[in-house]
Amino acid sequence: MLIKRSSDIRASEITDKSHYLNRRQFLNAVAMATAATAAGPLSSETLAASNGAAHGKKLANVAKGAFSGSGDKINSWNDITSYNNFYEFGIDKNDAVTNSGKFVTSPWKVSIEGECEKPGVMDLEDMFKGETLEERVYRHRCVEGWSLVIPWVGFPLVNLIKKVQPTSKAKFVEFTSAADAKTMPGVRNPILRWPYREGLRMDEAMHPLTLMVVGLYGEVLPASDGAPLRLAVPWKYGFKHAKSIVKIRFVEQQPLNSWQQYAPNEYGFYANVNPAVDHPRWSQATERRIGEFLRRKTLMFNGYGDQVQSLYAGMDLRRNY
Amino acid sequence: MTRNQQIRWLVKPAVFLASVAPSAWLVWAALHGQLSANPLADVTNETGVWTLRFLSLTLCVTPVRRLAGWNDAIRFRRMLGLFAFYYGSLHLLTYVVADRLAGLEFQNGIVAWTTARDLVATVASDVVKRPFITIGFIAWSCLLPLAITSTAAMIRRLGGRRWQALHRLTYVAASTGVLHYWWLVKADVRRPMVYAVIVGCLLAFRVWRWARAASVPTMRRAAA
Repeated sequence: MLIKRSSDIRASEITDKSHYLNRRQFLNAVAMATAATAAGPLSSETLAASNGAAHGKKLANVAKGAFSGSGDKINSWNDITSYNNFYEFGIDKNDAVTNSGKFVTSPWKVSIEGECEKPGVMDLEDMFKGETLEERVYRHRCVEGWSLVIPWVGFPLVNLIKKVQPTSKAKFVEFTSAADAKTMPGVRNPILRWPYREGLRMDEAMHPLTLMVVGLYGEVLPASDGAPLRLAVPWKYGFKHAKSIVKIRFVEQQPLNSWQQYAPNEYGFYANVNPAVDHPRWSQATERRIGEFLRRKTLMFNGYGDQVQSLYAGMDLRRNY
Repeated sequence: MTRNQQIRWLVKPAVFLASVAPSAWLVWAALHGQLSANPLADVTNETGVWTLRFLSLTLCVTPVRRLAGWNDAIRFRRMLGLFAFYYGSLHLLTYVVADRLAGLEFQNGIVAWTTARDLVATVASDVVKRPFITIGFIAWSCLLPLAITSTAAMIRRLGGRRWQALHRLTYVAASTGVLHYWWLVKADVRRPMVYAVIVGCLLAFRVWRWARAASVPTMRRAAA
């Protein structure tokens, strides 16, 4: 009997040339990861003084926005730029400022995709052409239980949305962040599935508080804080604030954001600041404002309830955490 | 100077100073703005990691004696163990003060009996409610009786055999300490994994020795 024998190497098994050429890079990455692991017992977190990011170019014509005076004491440039989760640059708070030196933010293009009339690739400059940049002082609450008060500079996301005209099918907006392993060393560490993705419901994205941020303290946003384009959604936990955005996609289905994908029982899609709904491992009732000793009571919707609570009328916020 | 005197007057004080140094540096750095923008979180993390380091060092003493034959190592075991308790207690204290006390409401001012009552209540509820706090508290609770019974007088009072049995709680403290670290990290478990491997190897060494000790007499009987 003749048994048909498959060829030894199927086409699907042949290593793609680009992968083959990447082998050396991969081995380097493995060597680095091994070294980092071996150094683990000697180091815990990199402890360093809060040396903030280098100062950037002053932004011209920044208007004081409607939310510029919240009465909160604004945190310093150093605190804001050195104490920050930006896992693409590493898992420690000061990794973003330490490891972002090679990250290139200009020129920058953003791809607009999905359910809209005017998809395409936009230059960052074109994106805020004709926009009045405004300064807004927002409270920023991290899901880990600390908070900052930050003078962002940007323009409302709704203005951009109106320009690209989403169709009636657009129910959500998905944001994708940069994930360049060459300039973002944290991306070599596959703790989250890169690139980082976040999302908002259409009405949240179009809310006047939702800001496309391009600056900080009247200056061009530093790489450590999500340059050149990031989101600020002040009534939501920090991880909803996508940084270094390269893609904005209008979709019909609720997108799966990176942290929800990683631990769906701990991080949800909405992630509204809510002192009554604890993280499974820690309480969200209080927070440490950076620079203070006594913890503050966390406010519902981070204190922006008057503006946003109508978005969630009738929703069970305990289930939609 | 005899070897004995050298250890007593030179090596031991040096090890003592080296062991105090991390805590002294932390206090200095916190007061001089050399930590991050959230120094209380840094102190909490660092004292926790130093507890695991000293527990690992303590567990190294017996393997070092058996494998390298360096018997003098035993003279450092109590000190290393007490430093594990020292850093564990600083860790617990930082959590109680910076995390729990700082989150209270102080309706009658900070210096009031209600503050003490509320503090006990908030720590107790946290220990009961959050598994990673529960297990961390268990780890510290294992170290407490060991620190109390660390003196020569206590060894005599308990008797060597019972004292030794009690001090096997170190194994429980180290294991639960590693679990505590593992359960609290948000995403990247590489750091706790390093301690899991170290403590795992050190405990596996004990299991291997017991298994061998248990099998040797039977073999002898068989030969006789």
